[in-house]
Amino acid sequence: MAVTTALAPDPAARAGLSREQLLELYYWMRLTRSLEERLVNLYRQTKVVGGLFRSLGQEACAVGSAYALRREDVLSPLIRNLGSMLVKGASPLEVLRQYMAKGDSPTRGRELNIHFGDMADRNFIGQISHLGDMVPVMAGVTLTFRLRQEPRVGLVYVGDGATSTGAFHEGINFAAVQRCPLVVIIENNRYAYSTPTTRQCAAERLADKAAGYGIPGVRADGNDVIAAYQVTRDAVARARRGEGVTLIELMTYRRKGHAEHDNQSYVPAGEIERWAEENDPLDRYARRLTAEEGVAPAELEKIDARVRTEIDQATDLAEQSPAPEPRDCLAGVYADPAEAPALWYREGIRSAVERHERPASWGTHDG
Amino acid sequence: MAEVTYLEAIRQGLFEEMERDPSVFCMGEDIGAYGGAFKVTEGLLDRFGADRVIDTPISETGFVGAAAGAAHMGMRPVCEMQFIDFVSSAYSILTNYVATARYRAFLPCPMVVRGPSGGYVRGGPFHSQNPEAAFLHTPGLKIVYPATASDAKGLIKSAIRDDDCVLFFEHKYLYRRIKEELPQGDHVVPIGKARLASEGTDLSIITYAATVWKALEAAEQLRKEDGLSIEVLDLRSLLPMDDEAIVATVKKTNRVLIVHEDTVTGGIAGEITARINELAFEWLDAPVRRVAAHDVPLPYAPQLEDFVLPQTPDIVRAARWLAAY
Repeated sequence: MAVTTALAPDPAARAGLSREQLLELYYWMRLTRSLEERLVNLYRQTKVVGGLFRSLGQEACAVGSAYALRREDVLSPLIRNLGSMLVKGASPLEVLRQYMAKGDSPTRGRELNIHFGDMADRNFIGQISHLGDMVPVMAGVTLTFRLRQEPRVGLVYVGDGATSTGAFHEGINFAAVQRCPLVVIIENNRYAYSTPTTRQCAAERLADKAAGYGIPGVRADGNDVIAAYQVTRDAVARARRGEGVTLIELMTYRRKGHAEHDNQSYVPAGEIERWAEENDPLDRYARRLTAEEGVAPAELEKIDARVRTEIDQATDLAEQSPAPEPRDCLAGVYADPAEAPALWYREGIRSAVERHERPASWGTHDG
Repeated sequence: MAEVTYLEAIRQGLFEEMERDPSVFCMGEDIGAYGGAFKVTEGLLDRFGADRVIDTPISETGFVGAAAGAAHMGMRPVCEMQFIDFVSSAYSILTNYVATARYRAFLPCPMVVRGPSGGYVRGGPFHSQNPEAAFLHTPGLKIVYPATASDAKGLIKSAIRDDDCVLFFEHKYLYRRIKEELPQGDHVVPIGKARLASEGTDLSIITYAATVWKALEAAEQLRKEDGLSIEVLDLRSLLPMDDEAIVATVKKTNRVLIVHEDTVTGGIAGEITARINELAFEWLDAPVRRVAAHDVPLPYAPQLEDFVLPQTPDIVRAARWLAAY
């Protein structure tokens, strides 16, 4: 379980980041963690309607890598990349409304969790549940940058599990051949649902897959936010120079289950606790800031307090948000017609039923 | 005898077939130690070992294709889609390779692809799908979609024993909500035979899967409030379809409402309507009508999902319209 540290940056170099930027990284990681903790509370109160997905222990991967992007660059997050979306400009209020299936959520109640995007301004794209599919999509997004000679890049995340899909292979191969300005990050958190990476792939290093596509593959410590930033920054710079795709494998560990219902019975005893104790990305980073950067603990506590306030305020607003208008579900399947008519048996009816059952689960478990 | 859930009934069927026939084995994501996302395969690994309960990488094309190869060699693989929504990732190999194997290459493909399907669970657009109609148009495949625990068990056993590829849809809303005592012994339900869920004389509701229960609810309400006698025909098998049972109910009630959870356009109701038109047109006293999902991707929010999917009051309203026609 030792994390490869061979590629970790020289701590003294702090990757060229200013003190202010270093504190910003801390803020984003804390915001990610605290927001998810708030979502857990709301989930237990049955205010989160569907499943809840955590990135506990993986915040550095998402935050550090997304921090290397410019606003005009396009990010394609996966289910454990809430942190990257926050860095890219998604707000806690949007995330809360989305999970709570509110009518003013970014998808107006159509999609769950962090499946949402904003390609008009902040440039992150809504994912789907079929793993690997975003890789070919991002090949196309970044192919467009190359064709239009725009100095923009794309960043797409996949998990260790998605590297087994055909879509991943086809997408990264196409992007490599086309020298698309794309960075592909494999966030190796050692489990795809219950399946350990050893049962997912016989190769020891997923970064080695890069050789088969003729692109560079690098591995870095994903629980070191500076290392995640630095390795992504270099790949982004390379893409922006027109040198094509880089595959990055960030080594991390998924401390919570696939989703909130998953009791992780398949994880060897003590493994989660060991990671929590010895390799928590926030603890590690806080120690580093106080020990090496002269940041006073009080400064970090101030950030923590600011995060709490922001999340409290966002929660209050989200709770007040209205439920979706039932008939809004008929709008927007096509550009034209903009809205489909209700079916014959529903003519003139606003809502099909009075009561909207919230199943205890979607059937994945009894509780 | 104890009542058994729909989910447990499927597990029993798998278990019994694996006990009976050593060529039966399972493949899928997280089906071993974890027992599957819904725990359908829980306990199989302990009983049959890792060679017969294989945890696969996230590679639907890979393991469905491997199932075909193993099936050619005399094995009877059962593939689990973690959610049936992911069967789209194996669509090409299923429709191009598996479905044509017997016809073009004289190779048998005795395999099952099964998985949790359907909505009413706030699963959103990628964990709620009913893609059965996408495969209805593929000669070479069979499709079953049980509504009861007893049929779930009997049909999974038939599907495993069938010499062709059977897509076995399981409704996740029913997994733990539906319970009944199962018949004793080697309980097998033939593929291609519908089941009368309720007998009646005034109007027939033809349906399958979760909406069978909504149709029964509606029938009960219509009996009490309108004095109507409603027949509910549960198709169980969609391909092949039980024309005989369809024609029999049309001749009996002369009014037909078809209900399904899948979206209306291109849904199976269209095929059923065409068959009624061809086989029993002169027996109809009213046009055949459909209650199905609106033609939109299935949204997450309860208010939206409940609007898109057919509900019991919809069936009541539609049945009243038909009865008054």
